[in-house]
Amino acid sequence: MPSARRPLRHRGFVAGAVLVVVFAAASLLAPVLAPEDPQAVASGSERTLEGPTASHPLGTDALGRDVLSRVLWGGRVSLAVGVGVETLVVVLGCAIGLLAGYFGGPVDAALMRVTDVVMAFPSLVLAIGLIAVFERPGLDKVFIVLVALGWTTIARVVRGEVLSLKARDFVQAARALGGGHRAIMLRHLLPNAVAPLLVAATIGVGGNMVAEAGLSFLGLGAQSQTISWGAMLADGQTFLATAPWVAVFPGAALLLAVLGVNLLGDGLRDLLDPRLRA
Amino acid sequence: MGLLRPVFARFVALVPVVIGVTILVFALNAVALGDPARVAMGQRADPEALARLRREYALDRPLPVQYMAWLGRLARGDLGESFREQRPVGEVIVERLPATARLALAATLISIVLGVGMGGLAAVRAGSALDHLLMGVAVLGISTPVFWLGMMLALVFAVTLGWLPVSGYGDGALRHLILPAFTLGALHTGTVARMTRSSLLEVVRQDFMATARAKGLPEWAVLGKHALRNALVPVVTVIGIGLADLLVGAPLTETVFAWPGVGRLLVAAVGQRDLPVVMGAVLVFALVYVLGNLLVDLAYLVVDPRMRDAIRA
Repeated sequence: MPSARRPLRHRGFVAGAVLVVVFAAASLLAPVLAPEDPQAVASGSERTLEGPTASHPLGTDALGRDVLSRVLWGGRVSLAVGVGVETLVVVLGCAIGLLAGYFGGPVDAALMRVTDVVMAFPSLVLAIGLIAVFERPGLDKVFIVLVALGWTTIARVVRGEVLSLKARDFVQAARALGGGHRAIMLRHLLPNAVAPLLVAATIGVGGNMVAEAGLSFLGLGAQSQTISWGAMLADGQTFLATAPWVAVFPGAALLLAVLGVNLLGDGLRDLLDPRLRA
Repeated sequence: MGLLRPVFARFVALVPVVIGVTILVFALNAVALGDPARVAMGQRADPEALARLRREYALDRPLPVQYMAWLGRLARGDLGESFREQRPVGEVIVERLPATARLALAATLISIVLGVGMGGLAAVRAGSALDHLLMGVAVLGISTPVFWLGMMLALVFAVTLGWLPVSGYGDGALRHLILPAFTLGALHTGTVARMTRSSLLEVVRQDFMATARAKGLPEWAVLGKHALRNALVPVVTVIGIGLADLLVGAPLTETVFAWPGVGRLLVAAVGQRDLPVVMGAVLVFALVYVLGNLLVDLAYLVVDPRMRDAIRA
């Protein structure tokens, strides 16, 4: 059995961590690693939809752009949306969860009703619907929509932790010593909720990445000038029979990245919170 | 204690949620940027027709009035008129429902049969290479983006092997259903497999299992009869979770396979900013989800009598 002291013996955690590090490094270093300009279209004698060759290891797409370079650059969008959205979601979710759990009463009741309603929708379906609010789709809208819908999970996690923590002796002691509400929430409650928060946020990053790719695939996210795995997959589907590499590689990259994040999240849960171990 | 009171309590608890759902769906229209009526009718729209449309949808009145008017029409089953198709949204959606229902049903069947099978096999051989392989496949199923899986299945079984059609409804032919159903069911198959395995292993540790073994029952009977039945309670939960997977996966799967369901209708409507259709489709998805979860809750009450008292606590 793995323990918090031996994360290196938890196979899933290690595999996830390796995948995530590779994914993050490849994305961050895309400008250096990419053999070509990801937007450079075929010129002169170059062919479009060319299968994997020495100069284009993953082939080229319908405009003759290098698929490997685009997969690397696409990772940046995926990483930016995954982590960027989750950062805002965590800040928002923590604030709301802390307030609701700590003060209880009408604040809590109102919050719980709102999360009930948001959670009454299948997540991606509501996200798709919300895109229609904007005059035209785009990656920035995807970002807004995912933040607007994502905070509920984190808020619930934090609220639950706060509810169980606030009756504990150390919180009561802090209160008796004259600690203000803000200090108690930020210094005593939040640090103790970090473990489940970290697990939920990690899983959330994976969810954001899949959602972005899905929305972009549906044509409701990143538009053609932005390099997104989802948008590349939409292009790839058109040429599935003649040039499968256009669809295979961005999807494989997405799968490995999401798999890594999910394994990392599962591993963190096992290591940080033995009660939840499946 | 009977079933009546807990069932009633579940229904009552649903009322604020359903009201909230309608408010949120209504808000899609209320906060829509630009002028949806103009977008819908095009830039050269006849001003008189525009005014009529706005009046019809109370677009020129305060929001609470608009909401109540909309809710009133909703109660009569009137979801408004599609901007694009110039016919009732209800009609447009009802046409698409059977395709989505068929797909979802087939995907559920696949995920239960495959998932319980895989999970059961993994539990029986817990710790073996087979266990690791099956659970690896399960994690892969959970992590693979639905739309990419669909494309890869189409690439292998339709494009390369030519066994099945690449896409389309094929007038309801079973051959057309197979790939979309496996695609939509894959995510959930992994969840079911994992849950079945862990809850079987949990049950196996309990006393009545030792009793069953002590009676001299063969191992398959111990697992098949005693363990599986008791392990099914959490599996009911997972089937509930699966509903979310199905509804989230439907727009993607239907788009990949050109399946004429409500999910693809929703995606197309968002692209065209046909807001009445968007609202109608989102509402249908949400109501199916809410009612599905209610059914799961009620299933608990039947399967596990302890749940009947929980509501009073």
